[in-house]
Amino acid sequence: MAIDKEKQYLTPEELEKKGVLLTSLDKLFNWARGWSLWPFQFGLACCAIEMICATQARFDLSRFGYEVFRNSPRQADVMIIAGTITEKMRPSVERLYHQMAEPRWVIALGNCAISGGPFVDSYSVVPGADQFLPVDVYIPGCPPRPEALIHGLLQLKEKLNHPEKVRLKNYGK
Amino acid sequence: MENKNYQALLKSKFGENISWSEDKPNQFYVNAEILLDVLKTLKEEGFGFLADISSVDFKEYFEVVYQLFSFVNSEHLTIKVKLDHENPAVISATSLWETANWLEREVFDLMGIRFLNHPNLERILTWEGFEGHPLRKDFVWKSGRN
Repeated sequence: MAIDKEKQYLTPEELEKKGVLLTSLDKLFNWARGWSLWPFQFGLACCAIEMICATQARFDLSRFGYEVFRNSPRQADVMIIAGTITEKMRPSVERLYHQMAEPRWVIALGNCAISGGPFVDSYSVVPGADQFLPVDVYIPGCPPRPEALIHGLLQLKEKLNHPEKVRLKNYGK
Repeated sequence: MENKNYQALLKSKFGENISWSEDKPNQFYVNAEILLDVLKTLKEEGFGFLADISSVDFKEYFEVVYQLFSFVNSEHLTIKVKLDHENPAVISATSLWETANWLEREVFDLMGIRFLNHPNLERILTWEGFEGHPLRKDFVWKSGRN
């Protein structure tokens, strides 16, 4: 490219004004994914009630495009761990996570899923979902309000749209 | 609390092997050897429903508690058995009530009390490979928190 001709080319901003959008395929996909996350419909304890509540008319999760709760892990993008994970449930949760198609994300909803909550010292409770799953978003609360879940999903969208700013603490640098 | 007749009935049949305190007239302490006979007698008296089996750890000894209910007279009886702490074992009630199967498995799982003649005495609540009996007073668990 000749240097003297460079000024004739349009910048992306100028192209955008003319109705032309330049982007990479990854960016486009991530943008699309962020607006249509399909959560996996399963709950482990009382936080699931808040999750259900978030989908209903008062809070209306579908305003953001996240209302398509799938019953099969093979059709879901996001696993919302809503509730206490007991040691007996751990193998099932792990298996369901591995059945989800990539890319996949995990949200720990509520204190129990984050760290075991009030049951952290119990013999039967896993002290936090991040013991065996790579958790993307932590939503504290006991249980969290439905607004908190919506905020968490929106944070996950931000995470999707800015992969360069994200790194998992325990998994990779 | 019109169950004076049960006291008289059990006293006449089992004598010194059974005892109760006057302030709790519907609660009986029974020797472990005659437990099955007592339960059988009460079942024939109308206590057809075994509501629950639970257990208590008193450190020196265990107590196994049977809750019986009679739909005929709408009456409630509690039968208690004391067991020593070293090797607690008691006869299973599965020959009288099928529901005793799972109830006794729960007591075995969480308290470590063996039930003799039980058809399938395995852990029911904790997972495979779990060691110990978590509801015992001397059960120690190391927390998995970070």
